[in-house]
Amino acid sequence: MSTPMTIMRLIKRIRITPTLYILFLMVPLYWLLTMALKTNAEILGGFSLWPANPTLANFKTILTDPSWYGGYINSTIYVALNTVISLVVALPAAYAFSRYRFMGDKHLFFWLLSNRMAPPAVFVLPFFQLYSSIGLFDTHIAVALAHTLFNVPLAVWILEGFMSGIPKEIDETAQIDGYSFSAFFTRIFMPLIGSGIGVAAFFCFMFSWVELLIARTLTSVDAKPIAAVMTRTVSASGLDWGVLAAAGVLTIVPGAIVIWFVRNHIAKGFALGRV
Amino acid sequence: MAEIHLQATAHSYIANPKEPADYALKSLDHVWEDGGAYALLGPSGCGKTTLLNIISGLLTPSEGRVLFGDTDVTHRDTADRNIAQVFQFPVIYDTMTVRQNLEFPLRNRGMTAADIKARVDEIAEMLDLTDRLDDRAANLSADAKQIISLGRGLVRSDVNAILFDEPLTVIDPHKKWQLRSKLKALHRQFGFTMVYVTHDQTEALTFADKVVVMFGGEVVQIGTPEELFERPAHTFVGYFIGSPGMNFLPASVDGTTATVSGQQISLGAHYGALGNDQVEIGIRPEFLKLSEGDSATIQSIEDLGRHKIAKISFQGHSLSALVPEHQSITPGPSGLIFEPERTLVYQNSHLVTGVK
Amino acid sequence: MMQKKLNQKAWFLVLPVFLLVAFSAVLPLMTVVNYSVQDSFGNNEFYWVGAEWFEEILNSSRFHDALGRQLLFSGIILAIEVPLGIWIALSMPKKGWGASLCLVLMALPLLIPWNVVGTIWQIFARADIGLLGHTLAAMGIDYNYTQNATAAWVTVIIMDVWHWTSLVVLLCYAGLSSIPDAFYQAAKIDGASRWAVFRFIQFPKMQRVLLIAVLLRFMDSFMIYTEPFVVTGGGPGNSTTFLSIDLVKMAIGQFDLGPAAAFSLIYFLIVLLLSWVFYTVMTARDAEAGQ
Repeated sequence: MSTPMTIMRLIKRIRITPTLYILFLMVPLYWLLTMALKTNAEILGGFSLWPANPTLANFKTILTDPSWYGGYINSTIYVALNTVISLVVALPAAYAFSRYRFMGDKHLFFWLLSNRMAPPAVFVLPFFQLYSSIGLFDTHIAVALAHTLFNVPLAVWILEGFMSGIPKEIDETAQIDGYSFSAFFTRIFMPLIGSGIGVAAFFCFMFSWVELLIARTLTSVDAKPIAAVMTRTVSASGLDWGVLAAAGVLTIVPGAIVIWFVRNHIAKGFALGRV
Repeated sequence: MAEIHLQATAHSYIANPKEPADYALKSLDHVWEDGGAYALLGPSGCGKTTLLNIISGLLTPSEGRVLFGDTDVTHRDTADRNIAQVFQFPVIYDTMTVRQNLEFPLRNRGMTAADIKARVDEIAEMLDLTDRLDDRAANLSADAKQIISLGRGLVRSDVNAILFDEPLTVIDPHKKWQLRSKLKALHRQFGFTMVYVTHDQTEALTFADKVVVMFGGEVVQIGTPEELFERPAHTFVGYFIGSPGMNFLPASVDGTTATVSGQQISLGAHYGALGNDQVEIGIRPEFLKLSEGDSATIQSIEDLGRHKIAKISFQGHSLSALVPEHQSITPGPSGLIFEPERTLVYQNSHLVTGVK
Repeated sequence: MMQKKLNQKAWFLVLPVFLLVAFSAVLPLMTVVNYSVQDSFGNNEFYWVGAEWFEEILNSSRFHDALGRQLLFSGIILAIEVPLGIWIALSMPKKGWGASLCLVLMALPLLIPWNVVGTIWQIFARADIGLLGHTLAAMGIDYNYTQNATAAWVTVIIMDVWHWTSLVVLLCYAGLSSIPDAFYQAAKIDGASRWAVFRFIQFPKMQRVLLIAVLLRFMDSFMIYTEPFVVTGGGPGNSTTFLSIDLVKMAIGQFDLGPAAAFSLIYFLIVLLLSWVFYTVMTARDAEAGQ
């Protein structure tokens, strides 16, 4: 009779691991949040585990000052642009890789993936010169284009995995039914790999949103991302910890929302890509 | 080797089941005889796999007991039950060779290397796997993989029963037959108890000595293939077994006569006055004869080569009749004979036994 | 694998990607190559120096030190995050709301901008206002990541574990959830121990995603820049100056274009080479089995 008991105990013990891990993940985030809800005087005045008088003043500072909230708008614009560009070019390419053999296909595929292995630091200077010389410096499109360096290979890779899971008989049936390629692709094929497109969009969003080095290098005023606004404020305004923490909290919100929408597909996205 | 007893065994996946519908398996008492070949037959979701997993110990029933001989094993682990199970999709350990796969259960039980080798060689010989023993199991075809998973059960000399959960689902049709014959041969040779889950009636009827038909979490009949055919205990068994299935007609029954929309049909036994509550008469298409007359209308004829199937309209009900290939029939009015001995009476879907 | 048709017109479908990547990768890379073989005295005059910069970088102790630190860092990161990630994935709930909740919470650090990750840990580890730093100080442990190299390393490593272990967890979880229940049931019937289940069922099924996990973690840890830059700025001294930090210092801070360009190319080649080594080693067993 002892066996079910030991199993029950085992299950209870096992679950401790993810709980502890999540706790480890959440504590620094909690700390950031409490700081955001404290005044600078309280932060520097003494140590406390939670804010004595929670205040939204730090958030108010950010949401009323254009040089702050402008950063969020800039980031959102280039991230959205990047996601759209990456998907639009990656979709037909992924289709070609999943359906056809053609001259140099394998080399091209691996060359694309190898761009994911290029250290962004390597590209900082040449990007700066390239986009300055064609007059795109400090524009949203420059950052969006630069981020395609790592997002397009990733999108092609993920989409190719999903597309290979769709039987090619579907393509042939549509052809017999008289669909043109573009009608077939947009009306039949794309809905079929809807979750794949969602997953690819998620990863494009993610990597563009979290990147700072390139985004900061390619912008100065008009397209400055929120991440860069944060780093400069630290050095300029004499460390206003509360506002800095509040800005940090606000950069986490979009990510959290996006995760919530794709929570059932995140794991699948990577698992389907081919190696 | 021992009989397997199920005593008031029931299972629900819900924590506090209230209605009968909450149960995946409704309370069941049954003794699986030692050495019997059983088939568990029923549509998807009828509780077959639940029942199988209770026997193998993968699932602990929420009510009742499971006994092997005199031993209560309700709360015992699968590994302690001397049971082998073959699953719907072949389960093999990809990274191992065929030999390592077969050795695996013995190693886990701490047998000596010499004993393991002897036993594995013996089983491999029996299953025709000898020349593939050193191949990587992952590279084999689906049917070979199923044989290996069967082999992993057979190597254990203490095995009481082998349970099969739709094992032929992913096998090519022409290999299915081979594999099934092999199973039967092994069963004759070793005499272990076999329980075979399937939703395919041909598979069940050709394989088993006794067929257990399940429907909606309930065992509706346990019998030989012949019994299932001749005296279905439940209207579902009538529908499900046979092609086409049994004909059922709502009727009122009094004594030895049934009345269907005014038409009288005589029965082979005497029934008391049954209430009007859900009374039906049932007859297999094989026992419905066409004759001269105009009490029914033949609507269409399907010629299957071996015999014909006539779709008949009788008093507003549609029936099927099996007609011998040589008998010529044409659509239109026809007479209809119900063989009295073969016309059975059902109340609330269950067979009612009359007095001869 | 499905049978693919030979069709050269497919090139038209790949063309946009080809052009875009050529623009955003090849063009800049050519600039880099160009710089790497030239020297300049300013005012846009360049002259050919051949492999001089490459020799200089390859022989400089500055590069060797940064490379050493980088290899040590990536090695530690992989040694911690991969086993930890596997372990957490194994102990996660398999389905239901518990699994969803775990996935959502665990994915959260992955979507935080990298400098914010740095900021979070910068704050968290400070002895005056940070929970971690304050607690350690209260326990009497001398911990100051701006002055003590060991403390700086520990901080940067814990930060990276915090930031990226979830990626390994997500991948392993994906691999694990592709295993049908029947495998676990068969293993039970075969009397397999918990270890045997891991060794013969879970690990083989996770191999493919583990390869992706190891490659991604290797590449990204090898290219790390923003997070340690925000927290330590590469210090104290040069103790956390990894390759990317050193490169940016050289290229933007000192504007040594030639050496920086040579550095870039060597750096890129090292990443490619090591990724290829990982890939080859991890797929070697499958290749032997003829798959």
